[in-house]
Amino acid sequence: METDTIHELTAAYALDALDDAEVRRYEDHLAHCPRCREDLASFAEAASSLAYASAGPAPSPTLRTRILEQARSERPNVVPLRRRVTWIATAAAAAAACAALGLGLWAASLSRSLDRERGRQAAVAAVLGDPAARRFTLSSGHGSLVVARTGRAVLLVSGFQRAPSGKVYEAWVVQNGTPRRAGTFKKGQTAALLTTRVPQGAKVLVTQERAPGVDQPTSTPITGTQA
Amino acid sequence: MPRDLAHLSDEALVALVARSDETALAELYDRFGRVAFGLARRILRDDALAEDAVQEGFLAAWRSASRFVPERAKASTWLLTLVHRRAVDLVRREERRRAESLAEELEPAGGATDEAVWLRYERERVQNALKRLPDQQREALELAYYGGFTQSELADRLGQPVGTIKSRMFTGLSRLRDLLAEPELDERTWRPTPSTS
Repeated sequence: METDTIHELTAAYALDALDDAEVRRYEDHLAHCPRCREDLASFAEAASSLAYASAGPAPSPTLRTRILEQARSERPNVVPLRRRVTWIATAAAAAAACAALGLGLWAASLSRSLDRERGRQAAVAAVLGDPAARRFTLSSGHGSLVVARTGRAVLLVSGFQRAPSGKVYEAWVVQNGTPRRAGTFKKGQTAALLTTRVPQGAKVLVTQERAPGVDQPTSTPITGTQA
Repeated sequence: MPRDLAHLSDEALVALVARSDETALAELYDRFGRVAFGLARRILRDDALAEDAVQEGFLAAWRSASRFVPERAKASTWLLTLVHRRAVDLVRREERRRAESLAEELEPAGGATDEAVWLRYERERVQNALKRLPDQQREALELAYYGGFTQSELADRLGQPVGTIKSRMFTGLSRLRDLLAEPELDERTWRPTPSTS
Protein backbone atom coordinates (compact mmCIF):
# COMPACT_ATOMS: atom_id res chain seq x y z
CA MET A 1 0.00 0.00 0.00
CA GLU A 2 1.22 3.43 -0.86
CA THR A 3 2.65 5.31 2.11
CA ASP A 4 0.53 8.45 1.93
CA THR A 5 -2.54 6.31 1.71
CA ILE A 6 -1.71 4.37 4.82
CA HIS A 7 -0.98 7.57 6.76
CA GLU A 8 -4.47 8.67 5.85
CA LEU A 9 -5.89 5.59 7.52
CA THR A 10 -5.04 7.12 10.89
CA ALA A 11 -8.39 8.92 10.98
CA ALA A 12 -10.37 5.84 10.01
CA TYR A 13 -8.48 3.82 12.59
CA ALA A 14 -9.24 6.37 15.31
CA LEU A 15 -12.91 6.27 14.32
CA ASP A 16 -12.98 2.44 14.33
CA ALA A 17 -13.91 2.50 10.65
CA LEU A 18 -11.52 -0.17 9.41
CA ASP A 19 -12.27 -3.83 8.89
CA ASP A 20 -10.12 -6.46 10.59
CA ALA A 21 -7.64 -6.88 7.76
CA GLU A 22 -7.16 -3.12 7.46
CA VAL A 23 -6.66 -2.85 11.23
CA ARG A 24 -3.88 -5.41 11.13
CA ARG A 25 -2.16 -3.71 8.23
CA TYR A 26 -2.41 -0.32 9.83
CA GLU A 27 -1.10 -1.54 13.19
CA ASP A 28 1.89 -3.12 11.47
CA HIS A 29 2.58 0.24 9.91
CA LEU A 30 2.02 2.11 13.17
CA ALA A 31 4.71 0.11 14.92
CA HIS A 32 7.41 1.81 12.88
CA CYS A 33 5.84 5.14 11.92
CA PRO A 34 6.38 7.89 14.50
CA ARG A 35 4.35 10.33 12.42
CA CYS A 36 1.29 8.13 12.56
CA ARG A 37 1.68 7.58 16.28
CA GLU A 38 1.83 11.31 16.77
CA ASP A 39 -1.26 11.83 14.61
CA LEU A 40 -3.09 8.98 16.24
CA ALA A 41 -2.74 10.44 19.71
CA SER A 42 -4.55 13.62 18.71
CA PHE A 43 -6.98 11.90 16.34
CA ALA A 44 -8.03 9.42 19.00
CA GLU A 45 -8.72 12.30 21.35
CA ALA A 46 -10.78 14.14 18.73
CA ALA A 47 -12.69 10.98 17.82
CA SER A 48 -13.51 10.13 21.42
CA SER A 49 -14.75 13.66 22.01
CA LEU A 50 -17.59 12.74 19.64
CA ALA A 51 -18.87 10.55 22.45
CA TYR A 52 -19.91 13.66 24.35
CA ALA A 53 -22.18 14.88 21.56
CA SER A 54 -24.82 12.28 22.41
CA ALA A 55 -27.34 13.25 25.03
CA GLY A 56 -29.28 10.50 26.67
CA PRO A 57 -30.68 9.02 29.84
CA ALA A 58 -28.48 7.61 32.55
CA PRO A 59 -27.88 3.86 32.46
CA SER A 60 -29.76 1.74 34.96
CA PRO A 61 -28.15 1.65 38.41
CA THR A 62 -27.76 -2.12 38.13
CA LEU A 63 -25.16 -1.64 35.39
CA ARG A 64 -22.73 -0.12 37.89
CA THR A 65 -23.29 -3.00 40.29
CA ARG A 66 -22.82 -5.56 37.53
CA ILE A 67 -19.56 -4.06 36.36
CA LEU A 68 -18.12 -3.89 39.87
CA GLU A 69 -19.20 -7.43 40.72
CA GLN A 70 -17.70 -8.79 37.54
CA ALA A 71 -14.48 -6.87 38.14
CA ARG A 72 -14.27 -8.22 41.67
CA SER A 73 -14.74 -11.76 40.44
CA GLU A 74 -11.80 -11.30 38.08
CA ARG A 75 -9.34 -10.15 40.69
CA PRO A 76 -6.39 -10.18 40.66
CA ASN A 77 -5.93 -8.42 37.35
CA VAL A 78 -4.80 -10.72 34.65
CA VAL A 79 -3.78 -9.23 31.35
CA PRO A 80 -5.36 -11.41 28.72
CA LEU A 81 -3.97 -11.79 25.26
CA ARG A 82 -6.26 -10.19 22.80
CA ARG A 83 -6.24 -10.63 19.09
CA ARG A 84 -6.96 -7.01 18.43
CA VAL A 85 -4.63 -5.02 20.63
CA THR A 86 -5.52 -1.50 21.60
CA TRP A 87 -3.59 1.22 19.87
CA ILE A 88 -2.08 2.20 23.17
CA ALA A 89 -0.61 -1.22 23.66
CA THR A 90 0.66 -1.08 20.10
CA ALA A 91 2.25 2.25 20.80
CA ALA A 92 3.90 0.89 23.92
CA ALA A 93 5.27 -2.03 21.97
CA ALA A 94 6.52 0.39 19.35
CA ALA A 95 8.20 2.43 22.07
CA ALA A 96 10.03 -0.62 23.24
CA ALA A 97 11.03 -1.42 19.67
CA CYS A 98 12.37 2.09 19.15
CA ALA A 99 14.31 2.00 22.38
CA ALA A 100 15.80 -1.33 21.40
CA LEU A 101 16.98 0.13 18.12
CA GLY A 102 18.35 3.19 19.86
CA LEU A 103 16.36 5.47 17.60
CA GLY A 104 14.85 7.50 20.39
CA LEU A 105 12.10 8.68 18.05
CA TRP A 106 9.37 7.79 20.42
CA ALA A 107 11.08 9.49 23.33
CA ALA A 108 11.48 12.64 21.25
CA SER A 109 7.82 12.71 20.33
CA LEU A 110 6.99 12.12 23.96
CA SER A 111 8.86 15.05 25.34
CA ARG A 112 7.30 17.40 22.79
CA SER A 113 3.83 16.49 23.79
CA LEU A 114 4.47 16.38 27.47
CA ASP A 115 3.47 19.54 29.22
CA ARG A 116 4.24 20.13 32.84
CA GLU A 117 0.91 19.17 34.29
CA ARG A 118 0.73 15.98 32.29
CA GLY A 119 4.23 15.21 33.48
CA ARG A 120 3.23 15.75 37.09
CA GLN A 121 0.17 13.62 36.65
CA ALA A 122 2.19 10.93 34.97
CA ALA A 123 4.58 10.96 37.92
CA VAL A 124 1.65 10.62 40.32
CA ALA A 125 0.28 7.81 38.20
CA ALA A 126 3.66 6.08 38.16
CA VAL A 127 3.87 6.16 41.95
CA LEU A 128 0.31 4.96 42.42
CA GLY A 129 0.77 2.36 39.70
CA ASP A 130 3.94 0.83 41.10
CA PRO A 131 2.92 -2.67 42.19
CA ALA A 132 5.66 -2.61 44.83
CA ALA A 133 4.57 0.72 46.30
CA ARG A 134 3.95 0.83 50.04
CA ARG A 135 1.01 2.60 51.58
CA PHE A 136 0.97 4.24 55.02
CA THR A 137 -2.01 5.69 56.80
CA LEU A 138 -1.79 9.33 57.82
CA SER A 139 -2.72 10.19 61.38
CA SER A 140 -6.12 11.68 62.22
CA GLY A 141 -7.76 10.04 59.20
CA HIS A 142 -6.17 12.43 56.74
CA GLY A 143 -5.60 9.91 53.99
CA SER A 144 -2.44 8.04 53.12
CA LEU A 145 1.11 8.21 51.88
CA VAL A 146 2.12 6.02 48.95
CA VAL A 147 5.84 5.44 48.46
CA ALA A 148 7.07 3.80 45.27
CA ARG A 149 10.09 1.56 45.11
CA THR A 150 12.07 4.54 43.82
CA GLY A 151 11.28 6.59 46.93
CA ARG A 152 9.03 8.93 44.92
CA ALA A 153 5.98 9.50 47.04
CA VAL A 154 2.44 10.85 46.78
CA LEU A 155 0.36 12.17 49.65
CA LEU A 156 -3.29 11.33 49.15
CA VAL A 157 -4.74 13.83 51.57
CA SER A 158 -8.34 14.32 52.48
CA GLY A 159 -10.39 15.96 55.18
CA PHE A 160 -8.42 19.22 55.25
CA GLN A 161 -10.01 22.61 54.80
CA ARG A 162 -8.65 24.48 51.82
CA ALA A 163 -5.65 26.46 53.10
CA PRO A 164 -6.73 29.98 54.02
CA SER A 165 -5.57 32.90 51.95
CA GLY A 166 -1.86 33.56 52.40
CA LYS A 167 -1.27 30.06 53.75
CA VAL A 168 -0.27 26.71 52.30
CA TYR A 169 0.13 23.20 53.56
CA GLU A 170 3.74 22.17 53.45
CA ALA A 171 5.02 18.60 53.48
CA TRP A 172 8.27 17.60 55.18
CA VAL A 173 10.44 14.53 54.99
CA VAL A 174 12.15 14.14 58.35
CA GLN A 175 15.21 11.97 58.65
CA ASN A 176 17.54 11.87 61.68
CA GLY A 177 15.55 14.71 63.16
CA THR A 178 16.17 17.00 60.18
CA PRO A 179 13.14 18.14 58.18
CA ARG A 180 13.50 18.68 54.45
CA ARG A 181 10.99 20.57 52.34
CA ALA A 182 8.87 18.25 50.24
CA GLY A 183 6.41 20.56 48.50
CA THR A 184 3.27 22.55 49.20
CA PHE A 185 -0.40 22.29 48.37
CA LYS A 186 -3.49 24.39 48.93
CA LYS A 187 -6.38 22.02 48.47
CA GLY A 188 -7.84 19.94 51.28
CA GLN A 189 -8.29 16.96 48.98
CA THR A 190 -5.48 16.25 46.59
CA ALA A 191 -2.78 13.94 45.36
CA ALA A 192 0.42 15.80 46.18
CA LEU A 193 3.60 14.55 44.59
CA LEU A 194 6.42 15.06 47.08
CA THR A 195 9.45 16.89 45.74
CA THR A 196 11.76 14.96 48.06
CA ARG A 197 12.19 11.21 48.03
CA VAL A 198 11.12 9.31 51.09
CA PRO A 199 13.73 6.88 52.45
CA GLN A 200 12.61 3.91 54.50
CA GLY A 201 12.01 4.84 58.11
CA ALA A 202 11.71 8.57 57.42
CA LYS A 203 8.77 10.53 58.76
CA VAL A 204 6.50 12.56 56.54
CA LEU A 205 4.71 15.47 58.20
CA VAL A 206 2.36 18.20 57.05
CA THR A 207 2.22 21.65 58.63
CA GLN A 208 0.39 24.83 57.71
CA GLU A 209 2.78 27.61 56.73
CA ARG A 210 2.89 31.06 55.24
CA ALA A 211 2.59 31.03 51.42
CA PRO A 212 4.53 30.26 49.32
CA GLY A 213 6.18 27.98 51.87
CA VAL A 214 9.02 28.24 54.37
CA ASP A 215 12.40 26.57 54.88
CA GLN A 216 11.71 25.13 58.34
CA PRO A 217 8.42 24.02 59.86
CA THR A 218 7.05 26.64 62.25
CA SER A 219 3.88 24.96 63.49
CA THR A 220 2.65 21.71 64.97
CA PRO A 221 2.14 19.01 62.35
CA ILE A 222 -1.48 18.49 61.33
CA THR A 223 -0.87 14.95 60.23
CA GLY A 224 1.95 12.60 59.43
CA THR A 225 3.22 9.04 59.25
CA GLN A 226 6.38 7.01 59.34
CA ALA A 227 7.46 5.26 56.17
CA MET B 1 -16.60 5.60 51.00
CA PRO B 2 -18.32 7.06 47.98
CA ARG B 3 -16.51 9.87 46.10
CA ASP B 4 -13.44 9.30 48.24
CA LEU B 5 -11.30 9.53 45.09
CA ALA B 6 -13.01 12.55 43.60
CA HIS B 7 -9.85 14.63 43.86
CA LEU B 8 -7.73 12.31 41.75
CA SER B 9 -7.08 12.86 38.06
CA ASP B 10 -8.54 10.35 35.63
CA GLU B 11 -5.02 9.14 34.92
CA ALA B 12 -4.29 8.53 38.59
CA LEU B 13 -7.51 6.56 38.84
CA VAL B 14 -6.41 4.33 35.99
CA ALA B 15 -3.14 3.75 37.82
CA LEU B 16 -5.15 2.59 40.82
CA VAL B 17 -7.35 0.43 38.61
CA ALA B 18 -4.15 -1.21 37.37
CA ARG B 19 -3.61 -2.26 40.99
CA SER B 20 -7.08 -3.83 41.14
CA ASP B 21 -8.59 -0.99 43.14
CA GLU B 22 -12.35 -1.39 42.75
CA THR B 23 -13.20 1.97 44.25
CA ALA B 24 -11.10 3.59 41.53
CA LEU B 25 -13.03 1.65 38.90
CA ALA B 26 -16.26 2.79 40.50
CA GLU B 27 -15.08 6.38 40.43
CA LEU B 28 -14.16 6.09 36.74
CA TYR B 29 -17.60 4.68 36.10
CA ASP B 30 -19.23 7.53 37.98
CA ARG B 31 -17.33 10.00 35.81
CA PHE B 32 -17.72 8.38 32.42
CA GLY B 33 -20.44 5.74 32.67
CA ARG B 34 -23.12 8.12 31.49
CA VAL B 35 -21.14 9.40 28.52
CA ALA B 36 -20.21 5.85 27.62
CA PHE B 37 -23.80 4.69 27.83
CA GLY B 38 -25.06 7.62 25.75
CA LEU B 39 -22.51 6.77 23.10
CA ALA B 40 -23.23 3.03 23.09
CA ARG B 41 -26.96 3.67 22.97
CA ARG B 42 -26.62 5.96 20.00
CA ILE B 43 -24.62 3.31 18.16
CA LEU B 44 -26.69 0.29 19.18
CA ARG B 45 -30.15 1.86 19.57
CA ASP B 46 -30.97 -0.63 22.27
CA ASP B 47 -30.56 -0.13 26.01
CA ALA B 48 -29.66 -3.71 26.89
CA LEU B 49 -27.03 -3.99 24.16
CA ALA B 50 -25.68 -0.57 25.07
CA GLU B 51 -25.28 -1.70 28.67
CA ASP B 52 -23.42 -4.78 27.46
CA ALA B 53 -21.03 -2.60 25.46
CA VAL B 54 -20.40 -0.33 28.44
CA GLN B 55 -19.85 -3.28 30.73
CA GLU B 56 -17.40 -4.92 28.34
CA GLY B 57 -15.59 -1.64 27.79
CA PHE B 58 -15.12 -0.98 31.50
CA LEU B 59 -14.03 -4.55 32.12
CA ALA B 60 -11.53 -4.25 29.30
CA ALA B 61 -10.21 -1.18 31.11
CA TRP B 62 -10.07 -3.17 34.34
CA ARG B 63 -8.05 -5.91 32.69
CA SER B 64 -5.69 -3.76 30.68
CA ALA B 65 -5.17 -0.68 32.87
CA SER B 66 -1.57 -1.66 33.50
CA ARG B 67 -0.87 -1.10 29.81
CA PHE B 68 -2.28 2.39 29.78
CA VAL B 69 0.39 4.96 28.92
CA PRO B 70 -0.62 8.28 30.49
CA GLU B 71 1.91 10.25 28.46
CA ARG B 72 0.22 9.25 25.25
CA ALA B 73 -3.46 9.72 25.92
CA LYS B 74 -5.98 11.06 28.33
CA ALA B 75 -7.59 8.34 30.39
CA SER B 76 -11.01 9.45 29.13
CA THR B 77 -9.90 8.96 25.52
CA TRP B 78 -8.63 5.50 26.32
CA LEU B 79 -11.76 4.48 28.19
CA LEU B 80 -14.19 5.84 25.62
CA THR B 81 -12.15 4.17 22.87
CA LEU B 82 -12.57 0.84 24.63
CA VAL B 83 -16.33 1.31 24.97
CA HIS B 84 -16.69 2.56 21.40
CA ARG B 85 -14.84 -0.45 20.07
CA ARG B 86 -17.13 -2.83 21.94
CA ALA B 87 -20.23 -1.02 20.71
CA VAL B 88 -19.03 -1.07 17.12
CA ASP B 89 -18.11 -4.75 17.34
CA LEU B 90 -21.59 -5.47 18.68
CA VAL B 91 -23.39 -3.43 16.09
CA ARG B 92 -21.48 -5.14 13.31
CA ARG B 93 -22.22 -8.52 14.79
CA GLU B 94 -25.86 -7.76 15.40
CA GLU B 95 -26.38 -5.99 12.11
CA ARG B 96 -28.46 -3.53 14.03
CA ARG B 97 -27.20 -0.24 12.83
CA ARG B 98 -28.96 -0.12 9.55
CA ALA B 99 -31.37 2.52 10.61
CA GLU B 100 -31.46 5.16 7.93
CA SER B 101 -31.59 8.14 10.19
CA LEU B 102 -28.75 8.82 12.54
CA ALA B 103 -30.26 12.02 13.80
CA GLU B 104 -29.69 12.01 17.49
CA GLU B 105 -32.55 12.04 19.87
CA LEU B 106 -32.17 15.26 21.74
CA GLU B 107 -33.19 15.19 25.32
CA PRO B 108 -32.83 17.87 27.89
CA ALA B 109 -29.81 17.06 29.99
CA GLY B 110 -31.09 16.34 33.45
CA GLY B 111 -29.46 16.37 36.82
CA ALA B 112 -27.82 19.12 38.76
CA THR B 113 -24.58 17.47 39.76
CA ASP B 114 -21.22 18.85 38.76
CA GLU B 115 -20.88 16.06 36.26
CA ALA B 116 -24.06 17.04 34.52
CA VAL B 117 -22.79 20.58 34.17
CA TRP B 118 -19.49 19.62 32.63
CA LEU B 119 -21.21 17.02 30.48
CA ARG B 120 -23.60 19.55 29.07
CA TYR B 121 -20.76 21.98 28.49
CA GLU B 122 -18.72 19.32 26.74
CA ARG B 123 -21.67 18.27 24.62
CA GLU B 124 -22.33 21.79 23.41
CA ARG B 125 -18.67 22.33 22.71
CA VAL B 126 -18.45 19.21 20.53
CA GLN B 127 -21.79 19.85 18.82
CA ASN B 128 -20.72 23.38 17.95
CA ALA B 129 -17.44 22.15 16.53
CA LEU B 130 -19.29 19.53 14.47
CA LYS B 131 -21.62 22.17 13.04
CA ARG B 132 -18.65 24.06 11.73
CA LEU B 133 -17.45 21.16 9.59
CA PRO B 134 -18.39 20.97 5.91
CA ASP B 135 -21.46 18.72 5.49
CA GLN B 136 -19.66 15.88 3.72
CA GLN B 137 -16.94 15.68 6.33
CA ARG B 138 -19.41 15.77 9.19
CA GLU B 139 -21.47 13.08 7.52
CA ALA B 140 -18.45 10.82 7.11
CA LEU B 141 -17.42 11.26 10.76
CA GLU B 142 -20.92 10.69 12.10
CA LEU B 143 -21.66 7.65 10.00
CA ALA B 144 -18.33 6.11 10.91
CA TYR B 145 -18.32 6.93 14.61
CA TYR B 146 -22.01 6.65 15.49
CA GLY B 147 -23.06 4.33 12.69
CA GLY B 148 -20.26 1.82 13.06
CA PHE B 149 -19.74 1.67 9.31
CA THR B 150 -16.34 0.77 7.91
CA GLN B 151 -14.87 3.03 5.27
CA SER B 152 -15.68 0.46 2.58
CA GLU B 153 -19.30 0.22 3.71
CA LEU B 154 -19.50 3.99 3.74
CA ALA B 155 -18.13 4.15 0.23
CA ASP B 156 -20.89 1.77 -0.93
CA ARG B 157 -23.56 3.59 0.97
CA LEU B 158 -22.58 7.02 -0.29
CA GLY B 159 -21.66 5.90 -3.79
CA GLN B 160 -18.13 7.29 -3.52
CA PRO B 161 -14.68 5.76 -3.98
CA VAL B 162 -13.07 4.53 -0.74
CA GLY B 163 -10.28 7.06 -1.24
CA THR B 164 -12.79 9.90 -1.12
CA ILE B 165 -14.32 8.63 2.11
CA LYS B 166 -10.90 8.18 3.63
CA SER B 167 -9.96 11.75 2.75
CA ARG B 168 -13.20 13.14 4.16
CA MET B 169 -12.62 11.35 7.44
CA PHE B 170 -9.00 12.47 7.59
CA THR B 171 -9.73 16.11 6.78
CA GLY B 172 -12.84 16.18 8.93
CA LEU B 173 -11.16 14.68 11.97
CA SER B 174 -8.13 16.99 11.59
CA ARG B 175 -10.44 19.95 11.46
CA LEU B 176 -12.51 18.78 14.39
CA ARG B 177 -9.33 18.35 16.42
CA ASP B 178 -8.23 21.88 15.59
CA LEU B 179 -11.65 23.35 16.39
CA LEU B 180 -11.70 21.59 19.74
CA ALA B 181 -8.22 22.88 20.51
CA GLU B 182 -9.22 26.53 20.17
CA PRO B 183 -7.99 28.61 23.10
CA GLU B 184 -11.21 29.17 25.04
CA LEU B 185 -11.71 25.46 25.01
CA ASP B 186 -9.05 24.69 27.56
CA GLU B 187 -9.26 21.00 28.38
CA ARG B 188 -9.09 21.70 32.08
CA THR B 189 -12.27 23.74 32.19
CA TRP B 190 -14.42 20.65 32.08
CA ARG B 191 -13.09 19.29 35.32
CA PRO B 192 -15.85 18.86 37.86
CA THR B 193 -14.46 21.28 40.41
CA PRO B 194 -16.70 23.35 42.64
CA SER B 195 -15.37 26.54 41.07
CA THR B 196 -16.84 25.61 37.67
CA SER B 197 -19.89 27.74 37.16
